[in-house]
Amino acid sequence: MDVKFIEIFNEKKTAISSRWLDAMIASYPNDNSGFLMNQKDRFANPVGYTFTIGIEGIIEVLVKGEDFSESVSFLEDIIKVRAIQDFTPAKAMAFVFQLKTIVREELGKEIRQNQIYDALLDFESKIDDLALTAFDIYVKYREQIYELRTDELKRMTFSLLKKANLMSEIPDQEFEHKDQK
Amino acid sequence: MAPKVKLPKPGELSKIDFKTPATDWMDTPVEFKPGTFCWGSKEKDLLTLGLPNPRQWSPADEDWKIPEGWETTILEGMAERLSKYRSFKIFMDICVRCGACADKCHFYIATGDPKNMPVLRAELIRSVYKKYFTKSGKFLGRLAGARELDMNVLKEWWSYFFQCTECRRCSVFCPYGIDQAEVTIIGRELLNLVGLNIDWISGPAAACYMKGNHLGLEPHAIAGNIESMVDDIEDITGIRVNPTFNRKGAEIMFVTPSGDLLGEPGIQTCMGYLMLFHELGLDYTWSTYASEGGNFGFFTSNDMAKRLNYKIYAEAKRLGVKYIIGGECGHMWRVLNQYMDTWHGPADFLEVPVSPITGTVFENAKSTKMIHISEFTADLIKHNKLNLDPTRNDHLKVTYHDSCNPSRGMGLLEEPREIIKAVCNNFYEMPENTIREKTFCCGSGSGLNASENMEQRMRGGFPRANAVKYVKEKHGVNMLANICAVDRAALPALMDYWNPGVGVTGVTELVANALVMKGEKERTTNLRFEDLPGKGGNE
Repeated sequence: MDVKFIEIFNEKKTAISSRWLDAMIASYPNDNSGFLMNQKDRFANPVGYTFTIGIEGIIEVLVKGEDFSESVSFLEDIIKVRAIQDFTPAKAMAFVFQLKTIVREELGKEIRQNQIYDALLDFESKIDDLALTAFDIYVKYREQIYELRTDELKRMTFSLLKKANLMSEIPDQEFEHKDQK
Repeated sequence: MAPKVKLPKPGELSKIDFKTPATDWMDTPVEFKPGTFCWGSKEKDLLTLGLPNPRQWSPADEDWKIPEGWETTILEGMAERLSKYRSFKIFMDICVRCGACADKCHFYIATGDPKNMPVLRAELIRSVYKKYFTKSGKFLGRLAGARELDMNVLKEWWSYFFQCTECRRCSVFCPYGIDQAEVTIIGRELLNLVGLNIDWISGPAAACYMKGNHLGLEPHAIAGNIESMVDDIEDITGIRVNPTFNRKGAEIMFVTPSGDLLGEPGIQTCMGYLMLFHELGLDYTWSTYASEGGNFGFFTSNDMAKRLNYKIYAEAKRLGVKYIIGGECGHMWRVLNQYMDTWHGPADFLEVPVSPITGTVFENAKSTKMIHISEFTADLIKHNKLNLDPTRNDHLKVTYHDSCNPSRGMGLLEEPREIIKAVCNNFYEMPENTIREKTFCCGSGSGLNASENMEQRMRGGFPRANAVKYVKEKHGVNMLANICAVDRAALPALMDYWNPGVGVTGVTELVANALVMKGEKERTTNLRFEDLPGKGGNE
């Protein structure tokens, strides 16, 4: 990525992170007391903590400009939380795209002065990649919610079904053998 | 040519009602989204229990089929409870809205929904109390925080009183000691007056009323399930344990939640009880009648809880035992420790529990005559009466989840920890503000461990899972121990979502795995038929 772009991004890193967090917290309009933002204890406020750490982590990786796969775990932590809250898929994921707007607004002046529009486009493509990954993650966790329900039912009834000879367990070895084929 | 469609710009798409202005809580009606509520109670179960307004209904429908004049029923019910329970009256009157409880609820922490703040959850009912039972509310109305009772309010009650797990974490922080669980309990009682409960509560309660336990297991099924555990124990240890059922004249009656009789990992905990009692040569019996320690009546009404609890003392009397030991369970112990004696005591036909192995007199159970398996086991370990090989649990890095009711409800904090430390070499505590009295709920207590509300459960359990994640990352913790049947049923799903790779176990399962029994063969697997470290054939 463009050296100049990375330089100016680095300078504004804190402001970008904090605006991104603000935008994310704004999706909880009922949080009038500012709990999600103000309670800093990571155990008393796991949602706020996960978002803060996640955003910082993603920004750090993006700023390095190389492989963004390192940021996936942060992205995953954030999306895991949003996947089980009261959001439509679009609202749950909007935060990824908001970063584009924030970066454009924060760095707009410097980008114009330095004529590095291409670098901005490069960066935005990275965010697009991030968004695609984010969709994969979101869908994975939404699917898991339904898997949890069936797994729970199995745990509750497996011993009964086994006893009634309605179900039998495939021994591990046999299973591994089949996998190898 | 196709008509030109105006497409929204990307920025508009992501901004659609993104910053919804917050409306006042009284003007925000509750929404019922699938995944966030439990199914309504079934007609047949309400009929069985003799509860009002039995009918088929769904919370997702607009019409909940509530009988005419329901407002009067609710208000009269409220008046009756205000005069009957002084605590309820006080809790309605004394809250100063200091906010100490506000951010202590696991549901609030995970959702940011203000109606999940304990103070506001109580306000849902307090606002109606003000309108109809206080002068200021009658005259000043909304200015004094009062509001009319209407269908929206009733639906809101149903939604939020079945989003409280009665864990009582908030009450630890309340300077006035307002017990939000009791407000929820009354709220649920009032809802039950017009036939509003959830299926996951009224179903088990009805089964318990007819068959003696929540799962509806009949005597032969109970004996059969335990028999198959006995077979498994023989495969693992070479020892055949011989439990007895409904045996008159036994010294001790053992009562456990029926969740331990079916489903994993409850059955492994149950195998643990069987092995421990066999090794001690304890003169005890199971009852297929008092076959449920838990009490889903407690999540319905005081009367229902009392009715379902009756069988425990009645059966102890019928069998002529000296005292009762109870298994690992959560709300079961709040009921046994704090209510049973008042409802059905004094149990003067029983004796103060004395451990036949150590001679310890359990003075704490002088009145109820019923002791917790963890108290009993911790006493054995303290007196060095068990031959234990903790290395069999060396593949486990264990942390302990204080189940809400035994920790906050009866102060059972040290015993389980002493046991775990004696049977495991790797034990790590979660952070201080997430354990003991301040423990975070599993998010599925008080009858909310249904599967249709999985999203809600994942939210409610997030603060707990977040603390487990911390010890998992810091110490490599891979096992979450607890002493509660609902935890054993609910936490596996929570861990699969938030912390995959962390298992769930009852404390007694850990004990049984470490227990070196007299005459046992060399064990190669644990109670889950997994290879023991360094001893398995598949490693």
